[in-house]
Amino acid sequence: MITAGIDIGAKSIKVVVLKDGQVAAKAIDLGGFDQKGTTDRLFKKAVAEAGATEAEVKYVVATGAGKDEFLSATDKVTEVTADARGAHMVHPKSRTVISIGAEEGRAIKCDEQGKVVDFAINEKCAAGAGAFTEAMARALELKVEDLGPLSLKSDNAVPMNAQCAVFAESEVVSLVHAGTSKQDISRAIHDAIASRISSMARRISIENDVLLIGGVAKNPGFVASLKRDLATDVFVPTDPEFISALGAAHIAHDRAVAKGGA
Amino acid sequence: MVEYWRWKEYRWTSPDIDWKTAKIISCGIDVGSVSTQAVIMTDGQLYAYSNMRTGSNSPDSARNGLDWALKETDIKQENIHFIVATGYGRVNIPFANKAITEIACHARGANFMYGPTVRTVLDMGGQDCKAIRCDDKGKVTAFLMNDKCAAGTGRGMEVFADLLQVHIEEVGDLSLQVDKEPPPVSSTCVVFAKSEASALLRKGVPKNEVLAAYCSAMSHRVFSLLERLGVEKDFVITGGISKNTGIVKRLEKEMGLTPLTPRYDPQIAGGVGAALFAKSLVEKQRAGA
Amino acid sequence: MKANYGYKDGSGEFFITIDTDKCNSCGDCEKVCPSKVISMITNDYDEVVPAVVDEHRKKIKYSCAPCKPVAGPRNVPCIVACKPGAITHSW
Repeated sequence: MITAGIDIGAKSIKVVVLKDGQVAAKAIDLGGFDQKGTTDRLFKKAVAEAGATEAEVKYVVATGAGKDEFLSATDKVTEVTADARGAHMVHPKSRTVISIGAEEGRAIKCDEQGKVVDFAINEKCAAGAGAFTEAMARALELKVEDLGPLSLKSDNAVPMNAQCAVFAESEVVSLVHAGTSKQDISRAIHDAIASRISSMARRISIENDVLLIGGVAKNPGFVASLKRDLATDVFVPTDPEFISALGAAHIAHDRAVAKGGA
Repeated sequence: MVEYWRWKEYRWTSPDIDWKTAKIISCGIDVGSVSTQAVIMTDGQLYAYSNMRTGSNSPDSARNGLDWALKETDIKQENIHFIVATGYGRVNIPFANKAITEIACHARGANFMYGPTVRTVLDMGGQDCKAIRCDDKGKVTAFLMNDKCAAGTGRGMEVFADLLQVHIEEVGDLSLQVDKEPPPVSSTCVVFAKSEASALLRKGVPKNEVLAAYCSAMSHRVFSLLERLGVEKDFVITGGISKNTGIVKRLEKEMGLTPLTPRYDPQIAGGVGAALFAKSLVEKQRAGA
Repeated sequence: MKANYGYKDGSGEFFITIDTDKCNSCGDCEKVCPSKVISMITNDYDEVVPAVVDEHRKKIKYSCAPCKPVAGPRNVPCIVACKPGAITHSW
């Protein structure tokens, strides 16, 4: 039985297709100017990669900021629900799931069955999400992929005063003029956002294992800063940006089975 | 390359006052994160002032501001009896005699510039937004300062001026050139509002409408800060953004109140208040001696 | 005087309000705060009153988070400790 999960994020769209509950295809693309068009195209591509036709897809669950945009979805779930399910599938010992995307950060407490017990959300402020590191990379004239590894070269914790992405950009420029090394600035950037994320996470009280998912989990500088701030180990699954879509795909599978599919 | 965010710097000297006859020459320097004003007063009268962009170094900015304010006069720094520094960079000025918060200075300055009927002051600066309630003597009775978030600050406006390639001094008027007010941008956050604006521009929405949508959202946000303190007339707006008609007109509409018209440059309120505090401190010193 | 420390950003309004007219300068609030957010100062009008320290002023949503868990009882120590009721939080 073919089911699918689609995560329409603020920046990128992720699709996961399952065949009898096993991952058959994954696809990702930037939402871009025509989000709806990209979503439809990406879905077709993933289904084809899974060796199926669109008609064979029994159930599709949509999640993410743009979940209402995918008209072919059978159902929708909140990002918190999708995150928790996806985290449980890849790392069943997860009790604290931290999910950081381009525009939103979430901290979720789960039980042994992967059910959501509590959650906290950082939304509508760029300083608490991926948009922050992107803006900082621009200010330093670096690619986002290079910003993380650069921060790992620093031994110096330089404090960052600004709590806003716009003011932080000015602060970064001042630090550059003052002669602070780019690696120290990069570390300061990651320490700053990690501090905000871990404060949010502490509101639901941290319980091991801590799992980090979402696009920002691919940033090694952020992972290092977060581990330091939480003072505990943080697990990052393979393809962390797909976990939400994966969770949605598994929920689709459960619901299809419950409806009498096989 | 055009710098759309850059506004003109300027200075002024009073044509009528002879400083040599003054008993107290006091100075207030307001070192903000974006702009610095130096104000010289003679016996509590406005004598000279300057307004320039704050550099990367606060003490240097204060120094340069003061030098420029004194430039077309024959006053020297040693003629000044007392200097009060205020603003974000106030604690760093070695040649200032005292530092006083910008909240207290803005209330005092507004009381001087607009008169004793002022009760509510909204100051919209480069990197902050302040709402102040004061009494008839310019003493603060309530305040709120937001310098965490760029929304509603000069920096937020500069980001949009840059994005739309419109000179910052023209942003306000351009935003008012709409027949019907468009819906405000849905994000308060400048970063997210910028993405929204980019998407609108790509769809072919004209610049004046995009600016109107942004100014609408920003003035509403600023209004909610005022609401927290409660607004009592008379109401005035100070700071750089008071020159942005797009924000001022929209605020007037939402508040149902017209702010008093400034007789002096509204950006010097902090410096004026600081200079007045300086004068009082000299009077206290002389009375005590 | 009502001093409001904090901010409003995209995610909400976070203000700690100190009513200096009600404050008796006892300093208990500073003693009980686990995150060192509040400190006693002498303000511009020579009153000894609590203020939110500069280090935390722009991130009180995060600094005060330990006293405001998502679940469980909410007894914010500074508010509880203040007998004249001079401290309020907007969230």
